[in-house]
Amino acid sequence: MTADPNSQSLTPTAAWSEDLRPVLEWLARRAEPVAIAFLAVVVGLGVFSVFIAALGKSPLQLFQLMYQGGFGSWFSIQNTLSRAAPLLLTALCVALPARLGLTVIGAEGAVVLGGLAGAAIALPLTSTLSPLPVWVLMGLASMAIGGLWIGLSGFLRHYRGVNETIASLLLAYIAIALMNQLIEGPLRDPASLNKPSTAPLPAEFMLGNMPGMDVHWGFVIGIVACVISYVIIEWTTAGFAARIAGGNMRAAQIQGLPVGRLIVGFTTLAGAFAGLAGMIEVAAVQGSANGSLAAGYGYTGILVAFLARHNPLAIIPVAILLGGIDASGGLIQRRMALPDATVLVLQGTLFIAVLFSETLYGRFKIFNPDLWAAPHSAKGAS
Amino acid sequence: MDGTDIGLWGVPLAILAGAIRVSTPFIFVSLGEMITERSGRINLGLEGTLVFGAMAAYGTAVMTGSPWLGVLAAMGAGAGFGLIHGFICKFPKVNDIAIGIAMMQFGLGLAFFLGKPFIQPAAPKLPSIPFGGWSSYPQIQAALNINVLFLIGILLAFALSWALRNTRIGLILRVAGDSSDAARAMGLNPDTIRLLATAVGGALAAVGGAYLSLFYPGSWNEGISSGQGLMAVALVIFARWNPLGCLLASLLFGGAGALGPALQSVGVTSGYYLFYAAPYVLTLIIMIATSSPTRSLTGAPAALSLTK
Repeated sequence: MTADPNSQSLTPTAAWSEDLRPVLEWLARRAEPVAIAFLAVVVGLGVFSVFIAALGKSPLQLFQLMYQGGFGSWFSIQNTLSRAAPLLLTALCVALPARLGLTVIGAEGAVVLGGLAGAAIALPLTSTLSPLPVWVLMGLASMAIGGLWIGLSGFLRHYRGVNETIASLLLAYIAIALMNQLIEGPLRDPASLNKPSTAPLPAEFMLGNMPGMDVHWGFVIGIVACVISYVIIEWTTAGFAARIAGGNMRAAQIQGLPVGRLIVGFTTLAGAFAGLAGMIEVAAVQGSANGSLAAGYGYTGILVAFLARHNPLAIIPVAILLGGIDASGGLIQRRMALPDATVLVLQGTLFIAVLFSETLYGRFKIFNPDLWAAPHSAKGAS
Repeated sequence: MDGTDIGLWGVPLAILAGAIRVSTPFIFVSLGEMITERSGRINLGLEGTLVFGAMAAYGTAVMTGSPWLGVLAAMGAGAGFGLIHGFICKFPKVNDIAIGIAMMQFGLGLAFFLGKPFIQPAAPKLPSIPFGGWSSYPQIQAALNINVLFLIGILLAFALSWALRNTRIGLILRVAGDSSDAARAMGLNPDTIRLLATAVGGALAAVGGAYLSLFYPGSWNEGISSGQGLMAVALVIFARWNPLGCLLASLLFGGAGALGPALQSVGVTSGYYLFYAAPYVLTLIIMIATSSPTRSLTGAPAALSLTK
């Protein structure tokens, strides 16, 4: 992502000593995404404040409640972390293909089918197996179907030239229809009356909470997935090849990189993570596969991935932040008599501000060590 | 037969009726997206615009008592969304596809937020013309009870088809869509053209939303749109950026969407939800069949990032 700071020719400047300069260059390059993302969030919150104030409510009170509901107590922090778990995984579903230059927005479909596959495979086995192998099988099934779903978009993109954004979106709608058909029909638990769902998992097969906490294991699984993704992208040959292909697909092809396999592989892995998010929702939160699986985690994941600039490690804090906003929604609704869509408006505003901020990269001289030595040269490159 | 039971004939009739009734929002939203894409920009946020348009139209109609003022309000709001999208995308390095998704989320959120008080009251409906008056079958009468907006949509498609080929504005739009440089060479500013094209596209998409809330299904709630705005992008590709193609594709999608309810009306209830997926499956199959990894889509504006 960032250039190797040591490769720059060291132009002597009066202000800094030579030994300090590489450190400062490294800091400057690392600080740019953090500072710009922070600025974008502040501007987004500012615009949202104007909107809230225009409706005659106090933005200050809203932000206070948001902090209180998301991070203000140990209870709310635990709630936040539980809600961040699926976002970690759906954000990876967007971020991994994005490193190859693909915009995949259909994570919702993989979540829904992953949850459904998890429930479908677990229910007949609960009488014969112990929980651990059931969880493993659930995870594998959900990852397989999620991987297949998103991998198909990647496959169609490379081998058929079908736009992956549209294909993944269509597949998401097809997945939701498929789930509705199955939980209304063959997989329906007759006891579920108004809200069709599969039979519930027995209590001992629920993915419990971590010791001493009220946060389910899905959070840890999400963190591990982010770390694995980071290692794959930054430290492996495949990740390196993917980054080259993401920078310039044609150049990668000329270099002889297996672009097709990279695209299918990365989209499949991405879908597998989103599928796993569905399995966690079923095994740790819902207890059965039902319509609540299509709760919009796939779409919030897009926001998380873009906010994190598709960096798997940056996804962790961003997912927690958005999990906190999500967790505070109920409190805002009750205390300020605002509709539940308030959080949606805030997310949309933040999303637009963050995407808008992309235009700021490279514009500030302070973040661009190449320009330090020539203080009177023109503005930033590109 | 006793004059009301038409047996299995109900299926094609229901599909025809569905094609007419369900296709109207598709016609407007796809024509809007067609104009935007012809200028070289893609707006994925039309789903949000459509739903916000539905809310704005319904709210205005409830408050003023006039459905047409509702349509106007929706158009204004839709143009506003288009202007925001167009303005943001003017800046370098901003991804127009991602901005579309963000605008969609923003539009949906704002519509649900501001539309909360309008779920209960009833709004006056848009008028329709009973073309089926000659028939004694109530099903046929219902099927041919055609809304004025449907007719306007058809006229609009023909008018746009003519205007794109024969007017100066049509030429300007096509030049901007094919090459930013060519547009600049002609002394035109491609950013301004795209800004205006996105605003017009948003206004048309919002009319589609107004049809949903003011005629069919004819009420405002949070589930009013089932992806019509998103499907527009696929529809326009299917229609090869051609206005008359948009019209035909919309009718086809309307018919496909009516397949499930039509079969259910004659007692075929298994696979009901799968029929909901019919338009999406149809789109995907068409896209797979018509795309190619080596050449760009025929008829596609060359400056469109979707097809590069």
